[in-house]
Amino acid sequence: MAPKLSSVAKTAQLAASALRNNNAVTRTLRQSGQFQALRMMDGARAASSTAEKKTITVRDALNAGLAEELDRDDDVFLMGEEVAQYNGAYKVSRGLLDRFGERRVIDTPITEMGFTGLAVGAALHGLKPVLEFMTFNFAMQAIDQIVNSAAKTYYMSGGKQPCNITFRGPNGAAAGVGAQHSQCYAAWYGSIPGLKVVSPYSAEDYKGLIKAAIRDPNPVVFLENEIAYGETFEISEEALSSDFVLPIGKAKVEIEGTDITLVAHSRTVKFCVEAAATLEKQYGVKAEVINLRSIKPLDVPTIVESVKKTGHLVTAEAGFPAFGVGSEIVAQIMESEAFDYLDAPVERVTGCEVPTPYAQELEDFAFPDEPTVVRAARKVLGL
Amino acid sequence: MIRSVRPLANASTRIAKRSLATANSDLIAIELPPSSFEGYNLEVPELNFETEKETLLKMYKDMIIIRRMEMAADALYKAKKIRGFCHLSVGQEAIAVGIENAITAEDTVITSYRCHGFAFMRGASVKEVLGELMGKRSGVSYGKGGSMHMFAPGFYGGNGIVGAQVPLGAGLAFSHKYRGQKAAAFTLYGDGASNQGQVFESYNMAKLWNLPCIFACENNKYGMGTAASRSSALVEYHKRGQYIPGLKVNGMDVLATYQASKFAKDWAAQGNGPLVLEYETYRYGGHSMSDPGTTYRTREEVQHMRSRNDPIAGLKATLLDKGIATEDEIKAYDKAARKYVDEQVAAAEADSPPEAKMDILFEDVYVPGSEIPVLRGRISDDSWDFKNKTFLNKVY
Repeated sequence: MAPKLSSVAKTAQLAASALRNNNAVTRTLRQSGQFQALRMMDGARAASSTAEKKTITVRDALNAGLAEELDRDDDVFLMGEEVAQYNGAYKVSRGLLDRFGERRVIDTPITEMGFTGLAVGAALHGLKPVLEFMTFNFAMQAIDQIVNSAAKTYYMSGGKQPCNITFRGPNGAAAGVGAQHSQCYAAWYGSIPGLKVVSPYSAEDYKGLIKAAIRDPNPVVFLENEIAYGETFEISEEALSSDFVLPIGKAKVEIEGTDITLVAHSRTVKFCVEAAATLEKQYGVKAEVINLRSIKPLDVPTIVESVKKTGHLVTAEAGFPAFGVGSEIVAQIMESEAFDYLDAPVERVTGCEVPTPYAQELEDFAFPDEPTVVRAARKVLGL
Repeated sequence: MIRSVRPLANASTRIAKRSLATANSDLIAIELPPSSFEGYNLEVPELNFETEKETLLKMYKDMIIIRRMEMAADALYKAKKIRGFCHLSVGQEAIAVGIENAITAEDTVITSYRCHGFAFMRGASVKEVLGELMGKRSGVSYGKGGSMHMFAPGFYGGNGIVGAQVPLGAGLAFSHKYRGQKAAAFTLYGDGASNQGQVFESYNMAKLWNLPCIFACENNKYGMGTAASRSSALVEYHKRGQYIPGLKVNGMDVLATYQASKFAKDWAAQGNGPLVLEYETYRYGGHSMSDPGTTYRTREEVQHMRSRNDPIAGLKATLLDKGIATEDEIKAYDKAARKYVDEQVAAAEADSPPEAKMDILFEDVYVPGSEIPVLRGRISDDSWDFKNKTFLNKVY
């Protein structure tokens, strides 16, 4: 049975197919400067691929990135709870103590405020600390040092005192760890001028972005995801090299599409990828999936270009809804030229506005999943 | 591995001789009174030491310049040329001066918001300090920081959050050790800050990792309006480090602060790990320019400290006593300092503030060359585009 289409969605589909098939329309688009949108709709453009792809877990990709940066620059050191002798609470720093020694890989006492300030002080003196929080929930104890001592110092000193530090660790939900261990802090850190905030999704993201974060002369908050550590991704030869660095601030179009834009960061990208498959199979909808990779700066131009093409937008994140990443994206779209291209209001998919419950039946409602993203997409498309 | 309790530190920490002297310079013998020091699990530094005449004169000149500079700041604040917070160190000069004359450029210093004297001693000029207070472009932080955020080579501020500078100082010490430097990080905080949890977290890591961190409490008896005895269950701040040796110092005597600071620097440089100093001192003014300083202490107390314990008067008496300078020479130094500071005030006042342009507003949020593409202004039109170096001026 053909899916029921609203008149808006019908128009959208007609327009999309017209653009593909009608040369007169194409010419007009070129003249009106819509050439970029047209080019992006060329489905024949191949995604990058190599003959045979290797696979790697996120954990190993991150481990490799850290090892490469420790190897490359003596000023880089890793500090945090259990990073050295325990090989990392989540085994991300496995083998690093053995390889680099206790001068470079340092176990701390459980004193977040103190050791965060200590790492920031070392960065002020010119070293390049990589500071691990066992989860970013614990970083709330240290947030004054991150915001007031690290992020703002370059500005307050009139450009005299830089602070090259990377704060990293798991962010957001794990599984059944309860309310105090499940919060996403992307929106909090993303609002601070002076910080950069990065939120990788794939193994390639983790590897390329941790290197970029460590090399970046500004304080960088690197938001990982505990469930992601064990996930396996394909990875290219290029990404495996020790020179592979991704730019901070560029989103990645994971899947190209024409009918609706799905924007997400971190683990939620996975649900959007799955939702795109469902939407194609069940509704014939081609969704474009954007992996933000970076929260601050937010790659607004990529989102805008996509919305101009699809006319429909759903944002997806695991954080609390109020004042979140999705809220910011919606505001940016409203303030941009993409507003005129929207055929429907934007819908945000977010974590539920409750402290995370423990029982799985309830926790499943607390965070987005593939069906929820599909539901939101259908709502926006009027399906 | 259980570490045994450190035995009492012994006098083998010999203070290295420092010399500014030329061959002809006189060495002066100093005998500090026994009340200058009190040790905690520590043998106190020698009460008798020698130092150069030049050093004593330099310390006098340093102190009177700081005094004049702070008094100028007081006047400028009352004339509404300085805004916001302004925390003055009048009465506490002996600490900044004693420390700076005991250390080198490789050592590091960090303190709280009562930082003008330290900024000057570490290399900022009076004009740069006062310029910053008045929000001038030629200020030490280009007008971006204000009173609490002054930086100089080897000086890490100027920090506004009470106690936050203490772990930062431990980090400076960490970096000294990481780099194999024989340097010390003087990490100053007040009696009010001394109860912060992060101070104890810093003590712990400094001792655990043997960091060359000199924790130094400037105990001026009051944390804003709260007397030390009302904030601290234990007011002997040199003992708060528990497992770290401590030294209480008469912070109103620059010769004592000098000797103690030399001792501390050498202690750290010789690999003995952290120390907790307590410089007992007093501020004549209030906590800041917004506080008269008289509601929580008596005028008699302030007057008593000024007349009996003033660091400048104390050194002056020593200079006269030892025949290093005559009354007239000292008057000449005072006059020269006043003239110098007045000139610097005038120069700073004549300087311009940062141009009221939004592109200057957006400088230095990030390191140049690594800025994020856009920083938003008050409305989206005012957003600054770093790639094209222009405003977005969004057209819908």
